Amino acid sequence: MDALLGGIQILLSWQVLVALLIGSIGGVIIGAIPGVGAAVAIAILLPATFSFEPIVGLTMLLGIYGSSMYGGSIPAILLNTPGTPVNALTTYDGYPMTKRGQAHRALSLAYSASFFGGVFAVICLIILAPVLAMIAPHFGSREIFLAALLGIILVILAHRGQIMAAGMMAFLGIFLNTVGLEPAKYTHRFTFGQNWLTGGVDLIVLVLGLFAISQALFLMVEKDEMPKAERVQGNMLGGFVELLGLKRVASVAGSFGVMMGTIPGVGEFTAQFLSYTYAQKTSKTPEAFGDGSPEGLVSSEAANNAVPAAAMIPLLALGIPGEALTAMMLSVFYVHNVIPGPQLFQGSMDFVMALYIAMLLLNIIVLVFLLFSTNLLLRITQIPTRYLGLMILLLSFVGVYSLRNSPVDCAMATGFGVFGLILKRLNLPIVPIILGVVLGGIMEVKLRSAMARVDSPIDFVNRPISAILVSLILIVLVQHVRALRFEHRQRRLKKQMEGDKPPKDEGVAPEGF
Amino acid sequence: MEKVITRLKTFQELFHRDRRPGDLMFALAFLAFCIFLLWNLEGQAQWVKNTKLVAQPAFWPTVAVYGMGIFALLHLIGSLSSPRIPGRLKEISFWVRSLEYVAYFLIYVSIVPVIGYLLSSIVFALFLTFRLGYRRATAFGISTVFAVAVVLIFRAGLRVKIPAGQIYEYLPDAVRSFAMINL
Repeated sequence: MDALLGGIQILLSWQVLVALLIGSIGGVIIGAIPGVGAAVAIAILLPATFSFEPIVGLTMLLGIYGSSMYGGSIPAILLNTPGTPVNALTTYDGYPMTKRGQAHRALSLAYSASFFGGVFAVICLIILAPVLAMIAPHFGSREIFLAALLGIILVILAHRGQIMAAGMMAFLGIFLNTVGLEPAKYTHRFTFGQNWLTGGVDLIVLVLGLFAISQALFLMVEKDEMPKAERVQGNMLGGFVELLGLKRVASVAGSFGVMMGTIPGVGEFTAQFLSYTYAQKTSKTPEAFGDGSPEGLVSSEAANNAVPAAAMIPLLALGIPGEALTAMMLSVFYVHNVIPGPQLFQGSMDFVMALYIAMLLLNIIVLVFLLFSTNLLLRITQIPTRYLGLMILLLSFVGVYSLRNSPVDCAMATGFGVFGLILKRLNLPIVPIILGVVLGGIMEVKLRSAMARVDSPIDFVNRPISAILVSLILIVLVQHVRALRFEHRQRRLKKQMEGDKPPKDEGVAPEGF
Repeated sequence: MEKVITRLKTFQELFHRDRRPGDLMFALAFLAFCIFLLWNLEGQAQWVKNTKLVAQPAFWPTVAVYGMGIFALLHLIGSLSSPRIPGRLKEISFWVRSLEYVAYFLIYVSIVPVIGYLLSSIVFALFLTFRLGYRRATAFGISTVFAVAVVLIFRAGLRVKIPAGQIYEYLPDAVRSFAMINL
């Protein structure tokens, strides 16, 4: 209770409230513009937040992270173009509803489901906080190393059909983290005698290059597009009444969001997939899914909005980011010498509570904003895409150059930008690079300190949490191999039944590795 | 023999995946990069005496480079065994075309410390507006307003670290210090 009151007190500063307001509303606007997304916005704003107090910077970034998916549902429903990648599933049922003349109903349902998912997750976190505070101190170096290793494995395996590419990128991230001066023995690693490489590859430079500059280049080289949509009229609160009839679907979706958000490397897509499958399997009208089903829309939006709050659990409790956006937030902690992890839960529970309450408030701010501004946001979504590229490039300069005023950083960021553009064009994953850099750094430090107290490999798993983590790693790997074998057998059976004809989507749909 | 062929087919099927135009070129280039790193591993990461394996400076670079190499090789196998979609040259020309904008960006980076953040941002935004094919006066007006807003928000408002332009030295005393701090 003291921590809760302490958290409220931290939030009652005008700087924090303004940051939350700017972040929340800015996040909705950014999310509503297809082609920008929270990752680009956070990458650009990251260096600017370094001059703020940690709580001010973090609430602004959290505001963007938590609200962008609300905004992303608008073009997904009205234009069949997801504002952020995680709104892709929303197009399945949202756009068919728009085509049937139910755009207003679809938007209203999406807002209410998003609000439910977001608030549900925060309430779960507040309830779970004492449990986390109890467990977190049991995480020593070896447990954190194992949790980071589990995160790397999960992020690779989560890219079904692209596991080799994801593995390649995750190891590239681990490699990039090793470039520069080694922190313990001060030897040079892969600097090739170049002074500019001695400082290593800065995470912000990498993030800005891979997310912001690559997107700017992508948009500017592509053909120009200017989406058009009709105005939406009517009361947006109607969705809450309809949501009452779908509370089972919304609650399960929210729970999947919380569970998947907590696991490093998994995130929104798995949460959405699981909740959508559940909703379809338990629905009285499963055939309506993908053709404008309100249940499908609710399951998708409630699940993805529950993830941001839950994704803060591994970040705050263990210092392990589960995905790219929380990895970027980790650098805000580092800049201010606040090390997230068990100590934060033990010593600064009011700070943690302040972040949770901020997430609760951002959902309210966003909902109020959306009830009155949907048509205004609709006009913003119509910015020509090439012009959007110009805007992102101009803003990217601030992010990279303000770090160290270094033209070398800018050149490196543009190099990563071109690399990111190629990855986007080839549909290869970018997120494993960022997680490789962050988790690679954590694994290096934690394994070194863990091994100082370990005599034999058995010692590594002689504590309950480390034993559980090792078991989880083994289960995940074995399950994955079993799933691959099962899918392979199914495909062969299907082929045999089709008389050895190759399936129509062979080589296009993700399969095998 | 038939058994071996069936096994090979099964193995090949396991690697089937989405292969976009240019995928093979990327897979080859990435593998070449991994081989280059492997070639340089010994010289660029040191093994120190009397130090535990995991505390060795070369331990993580070795793990990373070998990991990259193995996955890159498997990715290449996947690329070779998946159906090809034509359009490789068109795709690579798309990648190369992006370098034009990289060049403009780097020119912008180099002129900021000389002519100042405000002026260089306005020039960069106007030039890109023209280059991207927007020729209306309103587009140029919006670009100017956007560039000014970015400078005012980040440099004057949020006080991000961007050096003042050298030409500000030649401004009249009354505006010089204001320009140096805010523009």
